[in-house]
Amino acid sequence: MKDIHSEQKTYKFGMVIDLDKCTGCGACMVACMAENNVSFRADETDKLRSITWMRVYKMTNGLPFPDTEVCYIPRPCMHCEGSGHHRPAPCIAVCPATATDRDHETGIVSQIYTRCFGCRYCMAACPYHARYFNWWDPKWPKGMEKYLNPDVSPRMRGVVEKCSFCYHRFQRAKNKAYAEGRREIREDEYQTACAQACPAGAITFGDLNNPQHAVYKLKNSPNAFRILEKLGTNPKVYYLSTKEWVRRGVDHYLEEEAQD
Amino acid sequence: MDSALIPEGVKRCSFKKFAIWIGVLTIPTLWGIYAALLCWGKALNQTNLNDNFPFGFWIVADLGVIALGAGAFFTGFLRYILKIEELKNIVNFAVVIGVICYASALGILGIDVGQPLRGWFIFWHANVHSMLTEVAFCITCYFMVLCIEYVPLVLENRRIDAYRFFHFLSHRFHQAMPAIAAIGVFLSFFHQGSLGGVPGVLYGRPFAYRSGFLVWPWTFFLFILSAIACGPCFTLLITWITEKITRKQLVKKSVKETLAKIAGWLLASYIVLKIIDTIYWASSTAPRVGINFKSFYANQPYGIWVLITEVGILGIIPAIILITKQGRSNSALLILASFLNCAGIFMNRWIMTVQTLAVPVMPFDKFASYHPNWQEWATTLLPVWIGAMVISLSYRYLPIFPQERELNPA
Repeated sequence: MKDIHSEQKTYKFGMVIDLDKCTGCGACMVACMAENNVSFRADETDKLRSITWMRVYKMTNGLPFPDTEVCYIPRPCMHCEGSGHHRPAPCIAVCPATATDRDHETGIVSQIYTRCFGCRYCMAACPYHARYFNWWDPKWPKGMEKYLNPDVSPRMRGVVEKCSFCYHRFQRAKNKAYAEGRREIREDEYQTACAQACPAGAITFGDLNNPQHAVYKLKNSPNAFRILEKLGTNPKVYYLSTKEWVRRGVDHYLEEEAQD
Repeated sequence: MDSALIPEGVKRCSFKKFAIWIGVLTIPTLWGIYAALLCWGKALNQTNLNDNFPFGFWIVADLGVIALGAGAFFTGFLRYILKIEELKNIVNFAVVIGVICYASALGILGIDVGQPLRGWFIFWHANVHSMLTEVAFCITCYFMVLCIEYVPLVLENRRIDAYRFFHFLSHRFHQAMPAIAAIGVFLSFFHQGSLGGVPGVLYGRPFAYRSGFLVWPWTFFLFILSAIACGPCFTLLITWITEKITRKQLVKKSVKETLAKIAGWLLASYIVLKIIDTIYWASSTAPRVGINFKSFYANQPYGIWVLITEVGILGIIPAIILITKQGRSNSALLILASFLNCAGIFMNRWIMTVQTLAVPVMPFDKFASYHPNWQEWATTLLPVWIGAMVISLSYRYLPIFPQERELNPA
């Protein structure tokens, strides 16, 4: 049988976040929420029930003042590649209703809201806490419905949602390229909302397989690393830092490893 | 009032007393139904679950009752496949308990999922690689098998049996029982194992993840073994409670001891394998991803005491009691061991789900704790009250204990 994906132009979209540049301002989080119609409540004090597709974590070097150093780690969905057919992304392997899958064209891990029935097994599988459950029906402040993004469907209660790498922007860019008779989209035509909103320019987005894209070069930097790399989730989100404590602080090391 | 429905030659309390008992059970049942309606009506914000704990008390209860309900298929396996005739005196009751356990699991799942009306998606859009898909298919099929096993018991009701058609139908069911039991055994081995696979395949969660054989993590096999070890003990425990409430001996001691002996050796085997699994996990699986297993137990309340309690107090002790003749022939010790065994398996299910989620995976993440709220308690206990009603009705109107007449002459 002919592989339906064989003639399709494929990408491997990913992100490189420079932690030395990140100030922890949270603009990426705000942009993400606005772009993707992420629902919120009047009282958001319970952070374990707040939906933040992009979430900025704080990490310190654990040393007392005046040696304390702080690092902010923006964490979108890692869009894990896994390792081969038998070990896809942790969430994809477990979803009983195939409501989450890896898009062959973009490598993006999707979430089909209308198919998800809310078992939350994918959330248990994700070590990055990148998946969020809708504990309530989304309710928008009066008049705000008019400001929702028409390209993104709001999610109903009882389903899981997560960062989509602003997939609707990819679709829009693809439509434009198609209308202009091009098969490929340009790097600047498809950028995520968080990458565009970052005032420090810490977030770079693009095709990890394309040598013309900035992320291709950045991910090969000696200062590049990924969170929990040892687990074998194979994330498509890379980080940069010149500080060793930051690079080592995002994974686990045994005592003897730390001494190396 | 209902004497025509009561089996011949046995004594039952007055209908008034029975109605009061059912009425008492109705009160907490309504409490549970109210909590379930809140969850369905207002969504799962009614619980203490959150994004760090997408699995909570309900999943523990699901995994737990399915393990406890394993007494049905395993006693059926011993009775119909291995032909241990003596167990015919307890297999009916094991089936009743099994029906209750599996119905409970399905009912709790119906509340636990965020969109219950889409529950059928698991069959329609099935992901064959997901352990949960296998669980859903097998427990649904096995629940049907249990219902088929329960039907002949209902047909044996004195009034129903008087009809020639039902009498022969019941006879045919009994003839087919070995085949039905075999199907039940096949399905049960798979879903008990798949339930173990649910946490075991989570390679993003090093606390739960286990290597294994082909596509099955070691927890797949451990869950099967632990279920067949605790299922018969749960049957013994419920039989003991029923005997205490009815103030009658319903099953001969020798039958109980036979079942206890089998459960004891299975529990002992399970504990040995569990210890080997724990050692391998602590010394090889976890270090491979850079984790010293002690760090898994660094966050209270999940200290190392959890492991000691699960394996030692709730595993080794009941295993020793059950495999020694002196232990299981002492009724008090037998019941204590059965209770410890069941509690141990319940604790194991909590550890493999809730504790797994409690352990932060990202080093810069913070520990969070979880405890169920009243809505979760009420809905989880709901099957207990309904189960008590089903057992009460079955005991009153169906001949589920073949030795009752002999042990309690009029």
